Amino acid sequence: MKLSRIVLATAVLAAVPTLGIAQEEAPGFDEIGPYIMTTLLFCMAGFLVFFMACGFAMLEGGLVRSKNVTMQMTKNIALYSVAAIMYWLIGFNLMYPGDFNGYVGSFFVPTVLDPVGVAAADAALDYASVGSDFFFQLVFVAATASIVSGALAERIKLWPFLFFVVVLTGVMYPISGSWQWGGGWLSEMGFSDFAGSTVVHSVGGWAALAGAIILGPRLGKYKDGQVNPMPGSNLALATLGTFILWLGWFGFNGGSQLAMGTVGDVSDVSRIFANTNMAAAAGAVTALILTQILYKKPDLTMVLNGALAGLVSITAEPLAPTLFGALWIGAIGGVIVVFTVPMLDKMKIDDVVGAIPVHLFAGIWGTIAVIFYNGDASLVTQLTGIAAYGVFTFVASLIVWIILKGIMGIRVGEEEELAGLDVSEMGMEAYPDFSKG
Amino acid sequence: MQVKLIIAAIKPFKLEEVREALTSIGVRGMMVTEIKGFGSQSGHTEIYRGAEYAVNFVPKVKLEIVVAESMADQVVETISSTAKTDKIGDGKIFVLDVESAMRVRTGETNADAL
Repeated sequence: MKLSRIVLATAVLAAVPTLGIAQEEAPGFDEIGPYIMTTLLFCMAGFLVFFMACGFAMLEGGLVRSKNVTMQMTKNIALYSVAAIMYWLIGFNLMYPGDFNGYVGSFFVPTVLDPVGVAAADAALDYASVGSDFFFQLVFVAATASIVSGALAERIKLWPFLFFVVVLTGVMYPISGSWQWGGGWLSEMGFSDFAGSTVVHSVGGWAALAGAIILGPRLGKYKDGQVNPMPGSNLALATLGTFILWLGWFGFNGGSQLAMGTVGDVSDVSRIFANTNMAAAAGAVTALILTQILYKKPDLTMVLNGALAGLVSITAEPLAPTLFGALWIGAIGGVIVVFTVPMLDKMKIDDVVGAIPVHLFAGIWGTIAVIFYNGDASLVTQLTGIAAYGVFTFVASLIVWIILKGIMGIRVGEEEELAGLDVSEMGMEAYPDFSKG
Repeated sequence: MQVKLIIAAIKPFKLEEVREALTSIGVRGMMVTEIKGFGSQSGHTEIYRGAEYAVNFVPKVKLEIVVAESMADQVVETISSTAKTDKIGDGKIFVLDVESAMRVRTGETNADAL
């Protein structure tokens, strides 16, 4: 998101007098075309990013064991819905406060849409409608919350998880997001994160990491110094989820061009699609080849993670690289996943779906990789941004998880975990084959 | 006439072939269950997300066939010749006495019930 809303708001104010003079004539397409096209871009891209919520749900549903699938689906639809409400109530205007001190905007300013049938003279003609902008931003915050849900699967209680989502989507993500996309101190400094390798993905990754540490691994995952794999229930669903995320990512990165009113903009959007696709393909192929070499057989779950890591890697700069640039940036994302999944296991941090390697580690890599193709970015500024998001999100998440643990407990009991959360927490099985026939 | 229960664990892909062979010698019913277990084949190792783990139970199909005593040897012979691949893990066949048998619909007993 290279444009900040502050700049736009100022531009709109400046444009108002001109529009006032031309009031007698209906505005021509030159004036309203960009507004219409960009609003359309936000809506279409927003639909695609919305569908990523389904992708996350299917990926996570496939990678958890069958006794926890109902819980995982419940968490996914609930977190999306909670995020939608919190982002309206607090998040959107906290993240895009207009003129502010650069660190924290104002709380509790619920989003207000454009009036019904808004006149061209009253619309933000050099940007897009509030409704499309709000919707497009909202589906991003939901993606962040989905990342957390996958890492903490199969052992966390439903309600403490949803309370965390309230804080993450209503307060934490919008505050840190305002530093960059709201025109805050990091964007002033020149930090560059086009569609959110850091702002969205590593934020989700840091929150997940803090949660996984406080929550502890699943029972029996690490026994006598051994890693005890717990294979997922349905790799077809996990693959479907990955393909859906891949599709959704075209909206995630393409929509982040934030403009479609000129030949240059629409061409850039298509450039982003091509690069995004290339990075995903390179991440998948890299993981395929690497697992074949390392383990003598390819590991599908790593190939799925590899594709996603490629996508996260290109998200910080999907526009500037050549197709070859997208290829090698995505490929390194694939390498990162194959080596950091076992590394987390060695540290006894249990991440059920590989969310931390994919979104945090590849997110950091993608944010660094900006400097290779974007001349305006510097390594020091990129590292400053990565560290700022890391420290803020990790520390704030730790505090919230510890408070939730103290107040209500975040983990189910041993017996409940062994029985599976579907029976013990939900009282509803995802696959009740033998119940009544 | 006495009735025998024949329990056989075989390789899953052999099920259809065994069923055909058994119906061709006059077997009129069987119960089939997907099972896991181990015998001399024991298990193997698999890799999931970079970590190796042992699969100690391998999938088999269990057949339960109740026939008149006079047919039992022929059934055992047919299963063993059809399910055989000469590789480890072909399975086992057990023969047990059945105390009684009854057809639910008619109340017929023992060999008449089959």
